Parts: sequence; C-alpha cells; structure tokens
Amino acid sequence: MAVVIFIETQNGKASKTGLELLSYGRSIAEATSASLIAVIFSDSDTQELTDHGADVIYTVDTATDSNFNLERYSATLSEICALEKATIVVVSSSSEGRYLGPSLAVKTGATYLSNAVALPTTYNPLTVKQSCFTNKGFAISESMSSCTVLSLSSNAFGIHPQPGRGEVKTYPYASTKSKLEVTKVEHAQESISIADADIVVSGGRGLKGPEHWHLIEDLASTLGAATACSKPVSDLGWRPHSEHVGQTGKPVASNLYIAIGISGAIQHLAGINASKVKVVINNDPEAPFFKAADYGIVGDAFEVVPRLIEKLKALKKA
Amino acid sequence: MKILVCISCVPDTTTKINFTADQKEFDTQGVQYIINPNDEFGLTRAIRLQQSHGAHVTVVTVGEVSCEQILRKCLAIGADAAVRIDAHPNDGYFVAKQLEAICIKQPFDLIITGRESIDYNGGMVGGMLATLMQLPYVTQCVGLEINGDQALMQREIDGGNEHSKANLPVVIGAQKGLVEEKDLIIPNMRGIMQARQKPLLVEAPLTIEAKSQIEFYEKPKPRGPVTLFDPSDVDGLLNALQNQAKVL
Repeated sequence: MAVVIFIETQNGKASKTGLELLSYGRSIAEATSASLIAVIFSDSDTQELTDHGADVIYTVDTATDSNFNLERYSATLSEICALEKATIVVVSSSSEGRYLGPSLAVKTGATYLSNAVALPTTYNPLTVKQSCFTNKGFAISESMSSCTVLSLSSNAFGIHPQPGRGEVKTYPYASTKSKLEVTKVEHAQESISIADADIVVSGGRGLKGPEHWHLIEDLASTLGAATACSKPVSDLGWRPHSEHVGQTGKPVASNLYIAIGISGAIQHLAGINASKVKVVINNDPEAPFFKAADYGIVGDAFEVVPRLIEKLKALKKA
Repeated sequence: MKILVCISCVPDTTTKINFTADQKEFDTQGVQYIINPNDEFGLTRAIRLQQSHGAHVTVVTVGEVSCEQILRKCLAIGADAAVRIDAHPNDGYFVAKQLEAICIKQPFDLIITGRESIDYNGGMVGGMLATLMQLPYVTQCVGLEINGDQALMQREIDGGNEHSKANLPVVIGAQKGLVEEKDLIIPNMRGIMQARQKPLLVEAPLTIEAKSQIEFYEKPKPRGPVTLFDPSDVDGLLNALQNQAKVL
C-alpha cells in the first residue's frame, strides 16, 4: 500500500503547497499503515521532503524540459503509481495539480475527487469531504475504485512537519512524445501570486478608479500580500482579469483576506470563503460583506487605508 | 472546422445553496439554471470562430430533459446544432465517457469544455476526455487562435501565462479571458426564433459505472458576527489581527 504525492516545485524547490500535501499524506499513511511516496520533477534538496514526512522520494530528471508537461508528467506518475501499488494519490488544487489530476486518474483507472478539505473519514471505501458550489456547500463523497486521486484544497490542512524514512530513488522521465508544444512562458514581474499568498489585499469599485490602485498596492507590499480585485473592477478593465477573485474568477484560500471597497456580492463571497480571516473596509454599513467578515471598519477607504499603511510600517520598524 | 462545446447546466450564480432535509440531495426548489459561465466563455469563442472561419458549432450536454431550455439558449446564441445525452450526470468520469462516445461517432477539430462547472467545481471533464481520446489539452485557457490546422493557445498559470501550440484536434478548458464578459452574446429575437428550427437530438447514454457517489451534503458552519472598529481605530484592528486572529 502506498500514498503517492506529486510535489510541485518553484524555482526547483518544493513549493509550500507541496509540503502541505506531505503533511496530509503523512496523516493518511499513518492511518492506513502505508508508505508515503513523494515524486518531485527536480533534483532539488530532498532533506526537506524527508523532514516533512516522505518515506520514499522519487526524483525525476526532466533535463531540458523545464516546463510542466501534462502528458509526460502524468505518464511518469502513473508508472510510479503502478510500481508502488498506490491506493491514494494526492495533488494540489493549484493550476498544475488540477491540470494533472483528471488525466492521472484516467491513466491509472482511479477515481478523481477534487477539492478535498479534510482527511478521508473512511478508507475502505474511501470517503472524503469536498467543497462544492464554490464553497457554498460540502459534499461527502465515496470513491468506488481501488485507487483514488485527490486534489487537496490549498491551505485546508496546513503544514505539520513529521519526518519519514527519506529513502531517495531516481526515476526516468517518461519519453512520451508530447502533442502540445510550449512556445513561451510569461511570468508577471515580482508579484506574489494569489494562489501562494498568505495574505490577499483586494479592491472593489469603491476605489472609484484605477488611478487609486496605489492604495491597494502599497498596502499589499507592506504586508507582503498578493493583490486581487472584484468582478466589476476587472470587467471595467481597471485591473487584469487574472486578479479577479470570485465564483468565475480565481478562488482564494489565504490566511487573511482584506477587502477594500467591495460590497460583497454572493459570487464574490463564495470565491473567497475558504480564506481563514476576512477583513472588510467599506463606507456602506449595509454592505453584505459585513455579514461575512470577521473584522470590519465602516469608513472611507481613502482615509483608513493610508492610516493602516502608516501604522503597519511603524509596526514593522518596531 | 467542426467545434463541439460541452455545456453544463448549473444553478444561477446568485443561488443560495440549500440541501434537502435528509442532506442527500441539492434542493432545486426555486433554483434558476444557467449555462455554466466557463462554458459560456467557450461557446462565445466558438461562435466567433464560426463567424471568422465558417466553423460548425455543436453544443452537447449530459442531462435530463430540463436541460433542453439551456441548449435552446445556446442555439439562440448561435450554435448550429445541439445534442442532449439523456442521463443524469452522475460524476465527471461518467460525463467524460459519454462525451467520448459522441466524439468517436462524429469527429471534431476542437472540443471546448469549461475550466470547471460552478456547481461541483470538479474541473475534470475536459482533462479526462482529452486523456481518453489522447488529445492535447489546455485548461484555464485564456487565448485560442486557429491557424490552419494548428491551435495556438494560452493557459493561465499561477502568476503568468503559458503559450503553446498543437495540431488539431485539441481539447480546451475555457474560462474568463478567452473572451471578455462584454463579448458574451445576449440572444436576440431572431436568434430565439431560429433556435426553434435548429436540430436538438436526444441520444441514449452508454452504460457506464460512475466512479464516485455523493453520500450526503453539508452546509458551511454559520459564522459569528463581525467585530467592528472605528475608522480612527486602526490600532484596534491591527491588534486584533496580531493577537486574536494571529494572522499578522
């Protein structure tokens, strides 16, 4: 029996979500007396993976192919799953994880269950709680196959380091000829992505125009946060749609979500509901967001936000 | 060029989600259904290709008879033909297998699904269909151009965009950005009238075992009331975030 984890990398190192998957996988491995197998498509430092729970680490050398490649990654992983007789495979809910999961499930004949928010409640058969209706509900689902691919909602489990055996092996990169050729990868300059951020600062129409976005950007840079926006703001073209969070935009599951000048339409609230702590700053006391937030200030963003930035800078210096 | 757009019928985005008293089913009472927004971005791109490349656009859904109004809307928006596979969409794998059967019967150059449906958020049908058919697949697709027999695509990745190309046929998972919100087509009277004359075929499903089933549902726990601070008291807010919520 084995639990196989796909470790995503960032600049060749295991990503934060990768370490969270290991913590999640470690708990499953303990509960089912299985080995925890980590697969990383990089020759990076494996000690960190051992410290976070991996019993066996497969490093796959992708040589010149530095981009995520769906066909070759899923082919390699499905071979490792067969070799290790995997019963549970865990991927993240990032762009890569959710791209990979369905394909891997078909290749291994497994069931795919997305957006798991907790450990499985039973293992034979496997049942697990998933978020659905964009966080407006949860489904408790049963897998009807002997192997299940789970995607874990980001920030749903947390990182709890607990060492594993840490046996390192290498595995060859599948030579599958890819039908898709990646021609160019563009990365936004020096910005923190919404998916990775611990804190997200988000602006709405209450900011009155794109020329006031320095307030959002300054607050975000003071906090080391990612910037986001509401749907009307991206529809008006004030901000790129890659920043739009909500039901039809990106989901947010940060530790802290700060909404400035966002009234809190039901579609927006659904998209950010998985965030742990929500703060709202809005001059309308009737804004629905106040019913969904933990902390709030009824006030003018143009006064409150500069004050907040100033106090945070003072706090940082202290 | 032949395009297949896979449509999911989902509760309107403003729907308050409730479950039946025994928690076994989604409570459909009073729920308005719409074209899954991600699918609608894909459909709109398909209609643009119909106009620019003379493509023939078929829409398909796996669903019960109540979904036909959604397919009629797709026809009114401009799709040429519709197919309903007469089955309850049990799970993503079940739906992908039904779609595979349609694609084998009638080959398409471009198959468009949504990145995910906004009800079950599985995000799996496109990836499973592409893998079953061994076709190239790009999800979170925010750019698609057709150049001869090649598709030029852009995938939104965390913190950027990945450009790629592949020979047709390809499968994409559409989302906002593939077209903008303002590009969405609102059916006009002519479109609605024409839609009545367009073919809507009903096909029997394949017998496929679903790979998962939902045992029961839960609603999120109700949250406590918001703690408010005076606009002059940002110290109070920061103190609470630092010492109470411990997120700073």
